[in-house]
Amino acid sequence: MLATILKRLLGAIPNLIGVIVVTFLLTRALPGDPAAFFAGPAGTAEAVEEIRVKLGLNKSLPEQFLLYVRDLSRGDWGNSLATGQSVLTELTTRLPASLELTLCGLVLAVVIAIPLGILAATRPGSWIDHLCRGIATAGVSLPTFFTGLLLAYIFYFLLGWAPSPLGRLDPYLSSPPTVTGFYLIDSLLVGDLDVFVGAAKQLILPAVTLALFVLAPLARMTRAAMLGVLSADFIRTARAAGLAPTTVLFTYAFRNALLPVMTTLGMVFSFLLGSNVLVEKVFAWPGIGSFAIEALVASDYAPVQGFVLTMALLYVFLNLAIDIAYGLVDPRMRIDQ
Amino acid sequence: MTKATPTLTLSPWPKRWATLRYVVAENPLSLAAFLLFALLVLLALVGPWLAPFDALASNVGAPLSPPSGAHWFGTDALGRDILSRVMVAARLDLGIAVAAVGLSCVLGGLGGACAGYFGGWTERIVGRISDTIMAFPLFVLAMGIVAALGNTVANIVLATAIINLPFYIRVARAESAVLRNAGFVEAARLAGNSEARLLFHHIIPNILPPMTVQISLNMGWAILNAAGLSFIGLGVRPPAAEWGIMVAEGAQYIVSGEWWIALFPGAVLMLAVFCFNLLGDSLRDLVDPRRRT
Amino acid sequence: MSLLAVENLSLEFRTRSGIVRALENVSLELPEGGSLGLVGESGSGKSVLSFAILGIQDAAARITAGRIRFAGQDLLANEGRAMKALRGRELAMIFQNPRVALNPIRQVGQQIEDVLRRHTDLRGKTLRARAIECLAEVRIPDPERRYAAYPFELSGGMCQRVMIAIALACRPRLLIADEPTTGLDVTTQAAIMRLIRDLGHEKGMATLLITHDLGLAREFCDKLAVMHAGHIVETGPTEAVFRTPAHPYAAQLTRATPVGQDRLENLAAIPGNLPDLRRTDLPACRFAERCERRADDCAIPLPRYEVGAGHTAFCHHPTRLEAA
Repeated sequence: MLATILKRLLGAIPNLIGVIVVTFLLTRALPGDPAAFFAGPAGTAEAVEEIRVKLGLNKSLPEQFLLYVRDLSRGDWGNSLATGQSVLTELTTRLPASLELTLCGLVLAVVIAIPLGILAATRPGSWIDHLCRGIATAGVSLPTFFTGLLLAYIFYFLLGWAPSPLGRLDPYLSSPPTVTGFYLIDSLLVGDLDVFVGAAKQLILPAVTLALFVLAPLARMTRAAMLGVLSADFIRTARAAGLAPTTVLFTYAFRNALLPVMTTLGMVFSFLLGSNVLVEKVFAWPGIGSFAIEALVASDYAPVQGFVLTMALLYVFLNLAIDIAYGLVDPRMRIDQ
Repeated sequence: MTKATPTLTLSPWPKRWATLRYVVAENPLSLAAFLLFALLVLLALVGPWLAPFDALASNVGAPLSPPSGAHWFGTDALGRDILSRVMVAARLDLGIAVAAVGLSCVLGGLGGACAGYFGGWTERIVGRISDTIMAFPLFVLAMGIVAALGNTVANIVLATAIINLPFYIRVARAESAVLRNAGFVEAARLAGNSEARLLFHHIIPNILPPMTVQISLNMGWAILNAAGLSFIGLGVRPPAAEWGIMVAEGAQYIVSGEWWIALFPGAVLMLAVFCFNLLGDSLRDLVDPRRRT
Repeated sequence: MSLLAVENLSLEFRTRSGIVRALENVSLELPEGGSLGLVGESGSGKSVLSFAILGIQDAAARITAGRIRFAGQDLLANEGRAMKALRGRELAMIFQNPRVALNPIRQVGQQIEDVLRRHTDLRGKTLRARAIECLAEVRIPDPERRYAAYPFELSGGMCQRVMIAIALACRPRLLIADEPTTGLDVTTQAAIMRLIRDLGHEKGMATLLITHDLGLAREFCDKLAVMHAGHIVETGPTEAVFRTPAHPYAAQLTRATPVGQDRLENLAAIPGNLPDLRRTDLPACRFAERCERRADDCAIPLPRYEVGAGHTAFCHHPTRLEAA
């Protein structure tokens, strides 16, 4: 078991290196002279030269890369021009907001998509099957930023059910003391139900927007995997042995169908993290996506690069987690037997 | 010189017509999607001439006026006609997507075909490139590329092409790895053809059908990504008409009830993506009925 | 009284391209502790019949006529609820390709426990002990260790033993073995068949062996039923069917089967293919179009021809003993 996990950890290293190399290349691919860029439009010739030396731009590319890696590992991810704060600090304070939104969206999508996929697979040709196929095709066609706006229009402007789609919390509520950074959890920790409800209300629309987008691939894959597994020989054996239909469906079919679903989870996370940026912009969500977009518009590059790197690292670790979980679920993947 | 024998990927034409009829009968939406596709192509080609107003001209109507007989989709804050802007935008949106998908199909196809055909080092390098791209959340990578290379439409195309690369590499690599040992390739090799000739005359023509399917499956996604990038302010600059940026321009008005500014470009964008996804599914069913889900 | 009696069973599949009449008027009987071989080429409906007996047929299948009785009980009564109560406990089944017929991500011991938990009151340690005992009964060496094995860690023969253990866990009175040796190598085949026969004798269990291998059926079964295109064309004691096959299909099939030192070139292949069961113009005798004795009357309902004691064929032009 440990050996399996270790092997997966080692397997993630090339991806980690790849990610760091690419982000390094992106910092060096800035149009024109990066030093001039970082010095800003008001930068004097000396300032540019100073930055050039500070950034190590006068050194060879491999040396620059080593310096880059050294700075990264020291937590020196550069400073934001707009706030003057260290990028790493900015990102870590905003990350919980993004994670809370992403996870809620994912949970929502999983909770809907998996039962939907199972139902569709067990009743092929029924209305629920057609619904599932419809959602699978329509869902991936939704521009998240557009569905978000549409939801805000319907539920905020027309129906008045949802609060104003701005930020994580109503302005007159104060945010809970930071423990995890997740408002839903932090508010419960101090027992402040008003804040919990307030935070949940703000969260619902953006989370639903995200969920709508990733629901499609999940439902589609669950349906296909269940259909495949249900026609497998071992399901017939289980039925012939007189096992209860629920045992056959869940213990036998679903656990096996989970494997192909897990392999698509990586793609789902890719979609999720990408559309998270758009949803944050639509709902003025103070996460790292909004932060990056503001920086982009202001041509403030260090935060953008920090953001890309954070997302990539997050994604590498999510994939690693999926990989390890896969190894635990599927005995055939364990190497220490 | 012997011509490459078609492989198992495509059935003969009469049979394909039968399947096409079957696919359309099975899913009447395919037909609707095909008509919509034709309309989109028409708009992209002659949209600017069909548009009732100049898409860039301000104050062709009262600012922020809701849909009416004169302005079917209403007008935006600058009094521009939204219908005209939506029609004109088709060229830019589809153009970006077609250019990006074309670029990644050519690069990914060549890379993947070489990787699958030669194996060894080529395969390892191409595989590593593909894995590294896939190690990023793709939209985020596209953001990073545009941010680094500069905020232009050309870079949007390039970024969208790069994030699509792995899909083409994968298809081309898998197909050519199988074809490498196929009988007709073996025969052509024994007949003394050079490796390059084998690759270009025997392998690549035969990976085109699955690549075509991949293109049609990718188009919708490419449009979505490009529009997403311009929604957050990358690439396309105002006052250019583009669906993503139009939705962004309308976003601030939606909470005050001026829904039409964002709704129409957003809905057209959604329809376009939906249409390409449906066509992609139908085409895949046509080429490879076994993969129907 | 027979343990299993299938009476005039008809079953059809409703598919997009028409109705497939997969079984028509099928009858067979199996006495307590007896063994019956159901033989025929692939696609003749053997497996469909056995699935119908267990009530695990495809969702598209409809039983349109007939009865299945087990120990006097009508299995089809109450929409098959009677069958559900007995399945896995009184009737059990094993399948071909054992390596894919077991849940790939569940320990084999647990798969046995699933069955025991469903049908018995055993729990906890006694449950586990009984599961290990089941493994030991099918002669799996080192059953305690094998309990925790996954199917991919076992050979095909071992997997088939596990499947037999699952089937026999609740001591059923009838075992249906659907091509149990397909996908196994030759020496394992013999061992598995011996195991099935020995366990059958030990426990007084009846066996329905489904196979396209007549040699196998001849070696292991008291009685034979020959199937062709959803019909049972001939049934009787194994040796009688082999010595005096009356139906032309049975005759050709027995001739096509290598016995003893028969040389390969003596094997007769049966010409033609199974008819398309979606056709609406099928003749009463579904073998007619492949038959050398075909005559006009083959289109009208088939007469029953008693070849000898308990030996019956359904044919207008059987091989008559006096003529032979």
